[in-house]
Amino acid sequence: MEMVNLYINGKEVAAPTGSTIMQAADLAGIEIPRLCYDPDLSALGACRLCVVEVKGNRLLPASCVTPVMSGMEVFTESPAVIEARRTILELLVANHPLDCMTCDKLGACKLADYCYHYGVKESPFAGGEKHQYKCDDSNPFIIRDLNKCILCGACVRACEEMTGQDNLSYLYRGFHRKATTAGDVDYAQSDCVFCGQCVALCPTGALTEKTMAGQGRRWEIERVRTTCPFCGTGCNFDLAVKDGKVIGVLSNPDSPVNGRSLCVKGRFGWDFIYNEKRLTTPLIKKNGQFEAASWDEAFDLIAQKFNAIKDEYGPDSFAALSSARCTNEENYLVQKFTRAYMGTNNVDHCART
Amino acid sequence: MAEEMRILMRNYGKIDPLNIDDYLNAGGYKSLEKARSMSQKDLIEEVRKSGLRGRGGAGFNTGMKWNFSYSAVADQKYVICNADEGEPGTYKDRLIMENDPQSVLEGMAICGYAIGSNQGYIYCRGEYPYVVEILNTAIQQAKEKGVLGDFNIEVRMGAGAYVCGEESALIESIEGHRGEPRFKPPFPPVIGLWGKPTIVNNVETFANIPVILEKGADWYAGIGSKSYPGTKLMTLTGDIVKRTFIEVPTDITIRQLIYDFGGGIPEGKKFKAVQIGGTSGGFIPETLLDTLIDFDSMAAIGATLGSGAVFVMDETRDIVDVTNRITKFFEHESCGKCSPCREGTKRMHEIVDKINNGLGSATDLDLLGRLGTVMSKACLCGLGQAAPSPVLTTLQHFRSEYSNKL
Repeated sequence: MEMVNLYINGKEVAAPTGSTIMQAADLAGIEIPRLCYDPDLSALGACRLCVVEVKGNRLLPASCVTPVMSGMEVFTESPAVIEARRTILELLVANHPLDCMTCDKLGACKLADYCYHYGVKESPFAGGEKHQYKCDDSNPFIIRDLNKCILCGACVRACEEMTGQDNLSYLYRGFHRKATTAGDVDYAQSDCVFCGQCVALCPTGALTEKTMAGQGRRWEIERVRTTCPFCGTGCNFDLAVKDGKVIGVLSNPDSPVNGRSLCVKGRFGWDFIYNEKRLTTPLIKKNGQFEAASWDEAFDLIAQKFNAIKDEYGPDSFAALSSARCTNEENYLVQKFTRAYMGTNNVDHCART
Repeated sequence: MAEEMRILMRNYGKIDPLNIDDYLNAGGYKSLEKARSMSQKDLIEEVRKSGLRGRGGAGFNTGMKWNFSYSAVADQKYVICNADEGEPGTYKDRLIMENDPQSVLEGMAICGYAIGSNQGYIYCRGEYPYVVEILNTAIQQAKEKGVLGDFNIEVRMGAGAYVCGEESALIESIEGHRGEPRFKPPFPPVIGLWGKPTIVNNVETFANIPVILEKGADWYAGIGSKSYPGTKLMTLTGDIVKRTFIEVPTDITIRQLIYDFGGGIPEGKKFKAVQIGGTSGGFIPETLLDTLIDFDSMAAIGATLGSGAVFVMDETRDIVDVTNRITKFFEHESCGKCSPCREGTKRMHEIVDKINNGLGSATDLDLLGRLGTVMSKACLCGLGQAAPSPVLTTLQHFRSEYSNKL
């Protein structure tokens, strides 16, 4: 790979040709703040929080979209850069509800994190017009409070580029610009498929998981990585667990199959865990009625019946059909059991056809 | 006294703009013929040597720009004429298109040959529907005469957004998207319309091309200022005796512009300020009137030549009130894509409005200064970067007018 040498904060660093300044800084372990940049989305260059100073450039270019050049001298925390970032944060905060004390996103809110970092407590621009949008509470999965939207466009891009649903775009211009659905209708009335990618990528409290509302702050949540049980795709995600109880599902970017993408079932369809009607023990039919049994009793019964069938009618009287909702390991075990123990190749899988 | 020099407007009043024969009889399309007899490289070099710099406001060397597209390898390239003349007080492109539309088409066709493009678009301001008719008639006549050869030109109409005069927003608009700027690089000459190399030049820039080919690069380079040669079409508005247009060589001073050509301030009033280049231009006080109008001289005093609009204000004008109206304009015209422009133009207007209403304080002036400086450096496109200029320059040159209202 061809490399380019440049200087960031006086330190010589190397980055592959065609990298952005931000990528070069990331490689060198130099942190640059970012709101609209997301590695899974196309570049937008719009929040301008990642601006840096480049020697010889009268502007402060956005590091997320500015390519590196040989010998370039970049300053990521110069006084002009810090002043620009502070001012941009003050502008965003002037049009943002400061209800962080009750906001579910605190702890995972980039706006709050950067305000903390740059010491933006109050905005000198406050006191003017602020958005007064109605909160979209139209559906069981997502709370959409556009008063907290900073227009980074992550939701719009995620909907188009990750899900392919293209349900979101921008409405109006300037201060009235709004990232919303066609016709500005609530999610429930739109073409939303409730995959929740927009929620997963939103850097502020504008889009949050409804099930998690008021259930726990981000730093109280334990993340337990698991595989989705719904289908055979094998998506991974983190269960958000608080006090031993699942309160939601959060994307995990390290998931090899799906990255941060999930469908409505994986992200929001986990409430069956605590359904009262859920079976919690095996049931054995006795005298026409199902009765609760232990696993030992159940396995003994299965073994006895399987052996009886095999002895009486032969191995090929048996067939196993497994499910895409089982894991690869479980499916492997089904065919292994069928072939090695039952002695037949009558094994099939619902995903085969 | 300096004299007007009509190069762009050489056919003004002399030909019927709706009759291509008049243009042909005046030597029209001979330059295109000449261009096509040259190699593309030689043609681009000729344009570069003339020193012609973009007349839309950014002042980039036209030949160098063309060379970027010429050098880019692509199966399709485009030529776009930026006729989205949205700067308040500016009507020079309209004058050219109304009076000599064929000169623009010829300039575009020459560019098309130079870079290897067979498709041109004219993006015309939505408020100029009658100009669109003139252009379509002109294109039709040029096609019938066969003078354009295989170069095709279509007119696209804007819908009233000021930001669509910014070349990448203009390209987005032609593509059918929201009129919003793209980040640069990549620049349009390399990746432009539908991802292909695209030259976007202003109407006035294209109108200069045929005459440069006709009379030669050296002739053109010898007119006006060395670093920004040629003539500039200026439109005089506001408190000035002759509210009209003039075409002048670029080595005259602002004072000559206002007093020699414009006849000075009406009713014997005193001059207070002039804003040049459009509504994002800096305000220029009396003490700087001896500055030359060329691009670099204007940039050196924190002003612009821009579109060539000249907005003169006499002693009775309230600078803060005028600035307040300008900040309202930018609040309205921000597309909202980048945060410093979207939120910044809004707050800038709120703060200036507060001061204008006598409710401001000294800290507001400092805040305006900081906000303006940040916007001018950190905004995504030229709109947001230039929007604070009237505020910053009036704070610099007319601070007492602000202080008097605190």
